[in-house]
Amino acid sequence: MADITADIAPGPTAGSSDPAAGRLTTADGQPLARALARAQARSRRRALLLVAPLLLFVLITFVVPIGQMLYRSVHNDAFARNMPNLAIWFADHPAGTEPDEAAFAALAADLQKARADKTAGEVGTRINYEISGTRSLFTSSARNADDLQPPYRESVLALDEDWGDPRLWQVMRGASTAYTASFYLAALDLTRDETGAIARVEENRRVYVRLFVKTLALSALITGICLMLGFPVAHLLAVLPLARSNLLMILVLLPFWTSLLVRTTSWMVLLQEQGVINNMLVAGGVIDDGSRIRMMYNQAGTIIAMVHILLPFMILPLYSVMRPINPSYVRAARSLGATSWTAFRRVYLPQTLPGIGAGSLLVFILAVGYYITPALVGGASGQLISNLIAYHMQDSLNWSMAAALAAILLAIVLMLYWLYDRLIGIDNMKLG
Amino acid sequence: MALPIYASPLERVWHWTYRVLCALIFLFLIAPILIVIPLSFNAEPYFTFTEKMLSLDPTGYSLRWYDLLLTFGMQAPDAARDGGWWGDVWRNATWVQVAKNSVVIGFFSTLLATALGTLAALGLSRPEMPFRRSIMAILISPMIVPIIITATGLFFFYSSIGIRNWGVPYLGVILAHATLGIPFVIITVTATLVGFDHSLTRAAASLGAAPATIFRKITLPLILPGMVSGALFAFVTSFDEVVVVMFIAAPDEQTIPRQMWNGIREQISPAILSVATILVVVSVLLLATIEILRRRGERLRGVTPA
Repeated sequence: MADITADIAPGPTAGSSDPAAGRLTTADGQPLARALARAQARSRRRALLLVAPLLLFVLITFVVPIGQMLYRSVHNDAFARNMPNLAIWFADHPAGTEPDEAAFAALAADLQKARADKTAGEVGTRINYEISGTRSLFTSSARNADDLQPPYRESVLALDEDWGDPRLWQVMRGASTAYTASFYLAALDLTRDETGAIARVEENRRVYVRLFVKTLALSALITGICLMLGFPVAHLLAVLPLARSNLLMILVLLPFWTSLLVRTTSWMVLLQEQGVINNMLVAGGVIDDGSRIRMMYNQAGTIIAMVHILLPFMILPLYSVMRPINPSYVRAARSLGATSWTAFRRVYLPQTLPGIGAGSLLVFILAVGYYITPALVGGASGQLISNLIAYHMQDSLNWSMAAALAAILLAIVLMLYWLYDRLIGIDNMKLG
Repeated sequence: MALPIYASPLERVWHWTYRVLCALIFLFLIAPILIVIPLSFNAEPYFTFTEKMLSLDPTGYSLRWYDLLLTFGMQAPDAARDGGWWGDVWRNATWVQVAKNSVVIGFFSTLLATALGTLAALGLSRPEMPFRRSIMAILISPMIVPIIITATGLFFFYSSIGIRNWGVPYLGVILAHATLGIPFVIITVTATLVGFDHSLTRAAASLGAAPATIFRKITLPLILPGMVSGALFAFVTSFDEVVVVMFIAAPDEQTIPRQMWNGIREQISPAILSVATILVVVSVLLLATIEILRRRGERLRGVTPA
């Protein structure tokens, strides 16, 4: 195991820029500046060597897989690979060209090829992502592709007149190159119309932008509630004598260490319509048996459970900033005539700002990407963007769409992470 | 925080309101965790306190849900409870199988994360480390990146390299969980290295100790508390992780949280609460260990609590 050896004087001050260093030499006659530079380069290499295995590990098991997934969001060759003739026709003719006889001939050839290779379903699925209902158009047409005769235009349209739809041709043009931005467009509720111009999708199909906005808004709300609940508790912990605050700290740390699923389960037990809270309210006569409050499988459930799970992430950074604040400042303000509110607002609160920033950013970052709790207690209205990514991964199997949504979410999170590093510094992150 | 004698009546009222508010917030934090413990002894298949439970009638309580944890998935749950019955539990009971998987995956991913993470933390704490900030940002990012993105990426990556055909059981999940645990090891170990007195290692070197001896005799004992608490964090991260398992684990590699997820989604029964109770007990033990380590670390480094 390498470690810092005694032959290097650490510290950046000595270097070749020092005019005196050029004249000094080491015992074996080398210029001191060069010997030092060499020693420093060696210790830099050593430090890097210690980090290298882990860096390599994280690159392989984390960075590469995510990069590969992001690649999938712009690369989908299901159409281009299986429909080569049409791909060539699209490449030769600019956007807006009416599909001519050659185009239909290419289509017929590709459908026959798709029938032979049994790839019509794959191709249809790719187009179906953008125009629903077209998968069966491809599979049924491919089944009858061997009957197609020249002239192909009449023959193909006789098979199914949907082939004349200009929007279908527009989408096929978009899919005819393996690299496409159409999944990002779809993730932003945009599409290309018949002329190839970018337009918004119909009102009732705009789901993604709304969900992104909702995710950010809910995360902001959860962060706000966490701050309101966490601030007084952190303050109490910070001003109590250490022996007592350590005891109370257990109440914060135990939830922090308890399994996420256990906490989500407990909230399900508490919030159910036949659950503990409703039963208590009924028994106490606050509400009657018929009007039990629905607190779960909706947004309220998501908010309550997530606040509980993320609250320790707010309290701990606040506490570590509040603990060293000297109480004499507030006392001095009071003795100079400030009311307790003014002393709090003008003297105490500004000193806690670093903690508020660290806690809020951390909670917000974690909330934006939350998956498990919304999936279990969120119902239909309490779902966040992560849940939609999981839906595209597991149910609709539109993996390119999942990748595009994930890329946008990742961009948001990385921006916040960068902000966190700028304002607070990753090194200052503390645990427990 | 004693109330000063010059406090006005309004301040006195606020002082007590504030205390009550804090008590309520503490209740909000802890009550959901404690509530599952009595409910897991419910004799009825309900998620709420029955009248018998409230009147502390012993017949209102039972161990049937804990019993179900053992018998669920067994081949012959009704056989006589002798050695063969327990052998059946060990081999076939679903919850026992998932617990075994969780422990194996947790152990190996923790080992990997702790070994690599400690080495890297040693390098990152050196003043001459180049690109420190960016490398740190990359190594911490598994904690920040939404888990669904990590899981999705790993799903594609593992299927493209065919990791399941390599013949190493659990490999994919172990590597993924190690990645997720690494940030915790780095944060805790670099924290112990902040107060590290480098003249100790230099003194040892000047007295003729080899680098390996210096590490074993000087560095390791000092960073050990940080390593162990980092390892515990990594273990808990793995032990509690469900999304990656859901996406990449083979059917025979399911873990406790994955099975709980199934239980909550499909046949929710108080058996889930008995698992939850056991996990709460585990987290109490972990918390106690961490606390003891933290105090020991402070004592070793001479940091006295303020």
